[in-house]
This record gives sequence, C-alpha cells and structure tokens, in this order.
Amino acid sequence: MLLIHCPYCDETLPELEFAYAGEAHIARPEDPSTMSDEEWRDFLFIRSNPKGPHFERWRHVHGCARFFNAVRDTVSDRFLLTYKAGEPRPDLASLEAAQ
Amino acid sequence: MMTDQTHDFPVTSEAGARLRIEELAPEARFSLRVRPTNAPVLGQALGLDLPGRIGQIAEAQGRKALCLGPDEWLICAPEAARDAIVEAARDAYVAASHSLTEISDREISYAISGPAAQELLSIACPRDLDRLAPGEAVRTVFDSAQVVLWRDGPEAFRLDVWRSFAPHVRALLDIGRAEIDAGL
Repeated sequence: MLLIHCPYCDETLPELEFAYAGEAHIARPEDPSTMSDEEWRDFLFIRSNPKGPHFERWRHVHGCARFFNAVRDTVSDRFLLTYKAGEPRPDLASLEAAQ
Repeated sequence: MMTDQTHDFPVTSEAGARLRIEELAPEARFSLRVRPTNAPVLGQALGLDLPGRIGQIAEAQGRKALCLGPDEWLICAPEAARDAIVEAARDAYVAASHSLTEISDREISYAISGPAAQELLSIACPRDLDRLAPGEAVRTVFDSAQVVLWRDGPEAFRLDVWRSFAPHVRALLDIGRAEIDAGL
C-alpha cells in the first residue's frame, strides 16, 4: 500500500484514506464560449500522461477531506512531494536534485 | 450442507475482560464548517475553544469539539444541549457566517475497550493506531466504511459509524472479537 503525506493533516497515511483526482494545474478557461471545439476538447480530455514525475491531484477523502497536489513518479509510484492546493507548481529539476 | 457449516468459537471466561463492545446512547452531533478566521467567534458562541490542529479535541461543559479538517469541526453534546447550540450558532451568524448541520441521527457509536481493543481495530483500520494518542480522534476508514475513531484512553476507543454501514462494521467487530477470544 502507498503511504501518502497529507499536507493539511501533516501526517503520512495509508492510501486507503485517499482518492486520486486527475492531473493537477489544469486551469478552467476564463471564457469557454470563445474557444474552438479543438481547444475545448484539449481542456476536457487531453492530458500529459508522462512516464516519470507527474503532477496530480489527490483528495484526503476519508480524513480532512481536502484536495491537494502531489508529484508522483509514474514508473516507481514514489511520491516526490505533496503540497497544498493553490500553491505554485514546484520546480521539477530542484525536486529531482533533492532526491 | 457444507455451505451452511458455521464454527462455534468457544467463548472463554476471560472474553468479557479482554474486549468489550457496546453501542452507546444517542447524543447531539453537529457538523460545523467555518473559515478558520471566524472560528474563534463560533467557539465563543458554543462555549468551546475550537482546536486548530486536525485530530485535536476541546471539551467544556459536556460539549466536545473535534477538528476534522482545516475548516471542519464535529461538535458532540448531550441531547439536552441541542437547542441551545443551534440557537447560539444562529445568533453568531451575523458576526461569523458558517454552516452548522445537525447529524445526530447519521451515526451510531460503539465503545470498544479492553487490552485487545487496538488489536481488534487493526483488523480493518489501515492507520497506525500507535500514533493516535489518547485524547485524540481522527476520521478514517474501517473496512471501506468512513468512521470517526476516538481514542479515549490507551485501551479505550470509540467508533462513530454511519448508520447504514453500522451492521457491517458491527458484524466485523463481532467476528474479530470471536477470533481474538479463540486465540486465532
């Protein structure tokens, strides 16, 4: 089982308390009516799907119930970092250097 | 038929002493959602100092406030205090907007105590219970049912279970107790 650090509870807890919630840092377009069908499709469905570090959202649904962001390596399943929702996207190079 | 076979686990004489599971009497429960900046106003209205750290409990005049999330508290009180709490929160609404929802009927509480209590809970709770200090409580899962787990003492726990999950949780607890009693 994965152990995930919740930045709100400040504790490392079992995966069973959490729910995955898709890729992080995808901002909803400010004015959807001006977008083309292709742009709208890209916003709704097209995701980066990287092999390696992935910025993603998680929710501590059976705990503090908060959404937060995480950087997880999709190859090893290792969490490089978790941080609160709304915080800026961390720099990947410095994260990997720290590991 | 083979499929109907059940096992009668022997209930030893020390069974009652090692583990007790009791259903607790109903109490008034509220879910309070309020911005942390407005929390002190609500705390004052309810006569409690709303704790700021998740898992912390504040207690005064028989009322309890448990911090479940950054802006969420569970308020427990004797049933007689129900109307007073609703009224106090309503009076504080102008000064501090919030949501206070009564959830008294949503959950059933079980008290689990005895030297084997922690072992019994570990059958279906994925948390490291050693790290839950007496006097703290957390929301977690018990075999996929969401519960609030209170630790009243080193060997005394309380489990708030949603009403519809209660038969399942209670059945699991009873099976676990029978197995622990049988030395399995």
